[in-house]
Amino acid sequence: MSSSAVTLPRRVSPRIWDTIAISGRIPLRVYLAATVIAFFLASAIAPQLLQSHSAFKMDLRATLQPPSFSHLFGTDQAGRDTYSRIVSGARQSLSIGLGATALSMTVALFLGVAAGLGGRLVDGAISRFLDVLFAFPMLFLALLFVTVFGPSVTTQIIAVGLGTAPGYARMIRGQVLSARGAGYVEAAVALGHPFPKIVRRHILPNALHPLVVMMTLGVGQAVVWASGLAFLGLGAAPPSPEWGALLDAGRDYITRAWWLEVMPGVAIVAFALSVTVVGHHLQDRLEGRIDA
Amino acid sequence: MSRADDVGDPASRPLLRVDSLHVSFGRDARENAVVQGVSFSLAAGRCLAIVGESGSGKSVTARALVGLAGARAHVRAGALEYRGRDLTKLSERDWRRVRGKEIGFVLQDALVSLDQLRPIGKEVGEALVLHGEAGTRAELAERVIDLLKLVGIPEPALKSRQLPHELSGGQRQRALIAAALALDPQILIADEPTTALDATVQAQILELLNETRQRGKALILISHDLAVVSRMADEVLVMRHGEVVERGQAEQIFRDPQHEYTRRLLDAVPSALSRGTRLAPASAPALYAPLLYSSRDDDLRPTPTTANGPLLRAEGLVKRFRGPDGVVRTVVGGVSFDLHGGETLGVVGESGSGKSTLARLVLALERPDHGSVLLHGLPWTTVSERERQPRRRRISVIYQDPLSSFDPRWTVDRIIDDCLDGALQSSARRAERVDELLDLVALPTTYRRRRPLELSGGQRQRVAIARAIASKPSIIVCDEPVSALDVSIQAQVLDLLGDLKEQLGISYIFISHDLGVIHHFSDRVLVMSEGLVVESGDVHDVFRRPQEAYTQRLVAAVPRLRHARSTPERRLAE
Amino acid sequence: MSMTLAARIRALPFGGASRHVAWFLRRAIGGAAVLWAVTTFTFVVQSLMPGDRALLIINMAAGNITNPSQAEIDAVNAKYGFADPIAVQYLNYLWRLLHGDFGVSYQLHRPVIEIVGAQILPTIVLAFSALLTAWFIAIVMTVVLAGRANPWARFASGLQIVMATMPPYWIGTILLVTFAVFLRIFPVEGKNSLIGLVLPTVALAIPLAGFIGLVIQQEFVRVLEQPFVTSSRARGMGDFGVRLRHVLRHAVLPGVTLSGWAVGSLFSGAVLVESVFARQGIGGILVGATSARDVPLVTGIVVISAGIYVLANVLVDRAYLIIDPRIKLA
Repeated sequence: MSSSAVTLPRRVSPRIWDTIAISGRIPLRVYLAATVIAFFLASAIAPQLLQSHSAFKMDLRATLQPPSFSHLFGTDQAGRDTYSRIVSGARQSLSIGLGATALSMTVALFLGVAAGLGGRLVDGAISRFLDVLFAFPMLFLALLFVTVFGPSVTTQIIAVGLGTAPGYARMIRGQVLSARGAGYVEAAVALGHPFPKIVRRHILPNALHPLVVMMTLGVGQAVVWASGLAFLGLGAAPPSPEWGALLDAGRDYITRAWWLEVMPGVAIVAFALSVTVVGHHLQDRLEGRIDA
Repeated sequence: MSRADDVGDPASRPLLRVDSLHVSFGRDARENAVVQGVSFSLAAGRCLAIVGESGSGKSVTARALVGLAGARAHVRAGALEYRGRDLTKLSERDWRRVRGKEIGFVLQDALVSLDQLRPIGKEVGEALVLHGEAGTRAELAERVIDLLKLVGIPEPALKSRQLPHELSGGQRQRALIAAALALDPQILIADEPTTALDATVQAQILELLNETRQRGKALILISHDLAVVSRMADEVLVMRHGEVVERGQAEQIFRDPQHEYTRRLLDAVPSALSRGTRLAPASAPALYAPLLYSSRDDDLRPTPTTANGPLLRAEGLVKRFRGPDGVVRTVVGGVSFDLHGGETLGVVGESGSGKSTLARLVLALERPDHGSVLLHGLPWTTVSERERQPRRRRISVIYQDPLSSFDPRWTVDRIIDDCLDGALQSSARRAERVDELLDLVALPTTYRRRRPLELSGGQRQRVAIARAIASKPSIIVCDEPVSALDVSIQAQVLDLLGDLKEQLGISYIFISHDLGVIHHFSDRVLVMSEGLVVESGDVHDVFRRPQEAYTQRLVAAVPRLRHARSTPERRLAE
Repeated sequence: MSMTLAARIRALPFGGASRHVAWFLRRAIGGAAVLWAVTTFTFVVQSLMPGDRALLIINMAAGNITNPSQAEIDAVNAKYGFADPIAVQYLNYLWRLLHGDFGVSYQLHRPVIEIVGAQILPTIVLAFSALLTAWFIAIVMTVVLAGRANPWARFASGLQIVMATMPPYWIGTILLVTFAVFLRIFPVEGKNSLIGLVLPTVALAIPLAGFIGLVIQQEFVRVLEQPFVTSSRARGMGDFGVRLRHVLRHAVLPGVTLSGWAVGSLFSGAVLVESVFARQGIGGILVGATSARDVPLVTGIVVISAGIYVLANVLVDRAYLIIDPRIKLA
């Protein structure tokens, strides 16, 4: 058997686009979810393309109209088209969600990796700290921040980001710990590799490869929580078309004009659901590929 | 569904009659036949053994006999009769009346075959309750205690209130058998009943099963262990890929096997008799070895050391661990030995003897509490990790489960490439070396881009071996390297290790619980028990004429192949 | 046969209790440590509040922005201790907490503990009934459908994901609109009666039921394949019996662990749901206090709910030990 003289590519680890490109059936729901996400992304980037009316234009002759062909989701008390307001609110809502997730992941990575890799002392200290953060119901922690720093978009982002960070930190810590205790780490030690090299080549890649999925799922949850804060009146000020603010504004009209409250909620849930479906699909793919 | 059972002479009527049993999964185009054309008959007081490797269909056959092949299984048979009663037409409800009452089932590894959250007594009495024969609470408790006594569990009243993990492995298995015998079924099916047990305990369980047979029950024994089968069975079915390749009386099959597969299977069992011979038919990588030694200066032989003394010397190694309950256990309590160049030192012991911890101490993956190890005459365990790192290449390791020692994201070539000498700079040269190593372990080079999860157990072990020799070690520590493999694969891997020993002059520390493997492969042996070396010496001396009581018990407990066949033509190494 | 001292104690008539007591004490100390850390953390956060607090209080009382004299500011500072060094403030804070004094609300001028005490019961009732409802839904779905091949089972899995993603305020809104507006069945305002509890409970329970369901279903399916289940079938146990008597107990364990965290999540959800249904409880108070920047009230509520969370976790852990006797009390 002759040996083939072949230059090997140095890195052969599976990447996200590998898993997407791999053959296999993509379920219908994933296509639908991806379409919904694309719609919202487009709304965020170029709302004018998708709006049916201007989001801020008032029309006092057509206040509180139920959904119809001319106004897809009805109008509010000032005659503004609800559908267009939702479309224009996408940018702010998504940015808040992304911002909060980015903050959350950064903090969680820092704490989780330090706890997983550090010795018993470091791990103990960080774990105690996380225990304390966990003792706060997520919303209460967020409300504490809002109390102290006042309601605003920035506070929304920080509150949701820091509120969700402990959960992710714990997950990352668990991943790092189990990667660290894995057989291949010991095999690498037996081969004489120094610890920093092992961390770089084995522990971190294995521990953190579910991170992308975590972030995807996280963005959905962040949008939901941020809207929750705004729903309570603690986010951006009206007449912002941010989805949570729309929820807050619609509350007074529930009995008279239910569409004002329900439709923004539909947008939020649709976004969160689509993100969840896509995220779970990615997760299945990644795990199926690796744990086949 | 009761036909009169006493039609005809009960003595001549078989208890169980199976004709052309066929089990498949999936439907239509994707139908996958797992068991095909199995036929046998079983009479009271007889033991039928079904022998085969993984994938042979023996477990599925056993389960099909009690209607537990699975919801997705299609079971068809020309005849499947218990005492004249047709089992193929039974509804699920009827099956529930048969299971436990007429036919009992015992699985392997009682720790997972018993509900860990329930007391033993509840499990043992479950069949009684389900079939409505429990009576009052006190009556049930008493019957359970009687059953536990029957299978030889001491303090039955106390044990029946305990949870499975509080009993020893042997006691657990006895309890599992008691649970199956609760309603005194006519047939007992045992699927690998002794696989998870130590040799001494295994002997006791087999004795218990034998007693059951002598009381007039019929026994169906499923096993991959030919030695166990040769001691227990009256009749044997040899299965492969879902079909019966040979069937007959035990003595006949073992003494004079007709089918080629049976012969290969018997040849593959390592023991004192197979020492020095190949266990598997030659797909010998030895053919390739000469090609390697064309004038390359960086071949795969380990760099010779200048030291004259032993390659490795362990002196008074002690290691203690604190358990989760806070109790400190001495796992290795003072072990010393030498390993010389070119020899294979076997380490044999039952579970808990400390042999795996000893391996980790030798590899300096654990620090000994006392004692030290010298590698090539230089201190090994007493120096810092930094000093050890460059020397680690001289001693390699092969694990029982290679999969966990591979990074799941890496491909085969990266795994092996990782261990190559840093001095080899050119990537072309490295690629060539990886190919050479794959050839040496008889893996096709097309496997380089595969991931460990895409390989079979035997192939993974070969990759592990390739990785182990890649760094040109002088010593390889093998921790139960073949225990998880089928007999025929085990044979190939042992042959491979033997070839490498000869060609590359590597010394082994070979750890196993299987005396046959040790006897086949090692030159000297250490017998360990509870952290101490009980006996050591030349492998023939120790196993043929054991001096210590423990060794004698161990050797006596191991089932040996009865009716060993005369084999003038055992293939020899080239 | 010699026995260790511990074994002798345990052999005494009530000696067995000593293990339980020791476990409880250990957890109590741990809980107290967490609570101390919680109060410290809260103190740190609220001390970061920008702006002059005396000014804030005066403005709040007056109802608009005023320009108070220095004497008035000093008076407020003296009353609340704002002029003291931070360490002294911290120690005073802890000292008062130990006596159950959570301070006085800036806005309502009543002791915090009084305000909270009056309103916390409806929230606890809501959270507790939501927890029970969620578990009930999750267990029924899992026992009946998990691990089966029929389309209902696949639908159930998908449904659980949807349930877990939907926020409680959204479900509450939908329920409110559907029942109270369109069907006119339930009262719109969530009174403190049993009927008024139903819709909020359902709204709060559904997402949690989805979460718990997903977790225990995964475990259920895994445990169904275990050998001990086959052993039980081989003794004559039917499929439903196996699911209920053997597998369920194993499968709920990860859900029980989750329930500790769930208490916190339920409190968060309760705030939102109470707002949707205009129901009595901590939620309304908390939201009002937040927008008014009423620091003592908010911190008081946060610390008290942290205390409830710690207590709930101890209870959950104890429950876990009852379900899974493998782990010793050690």
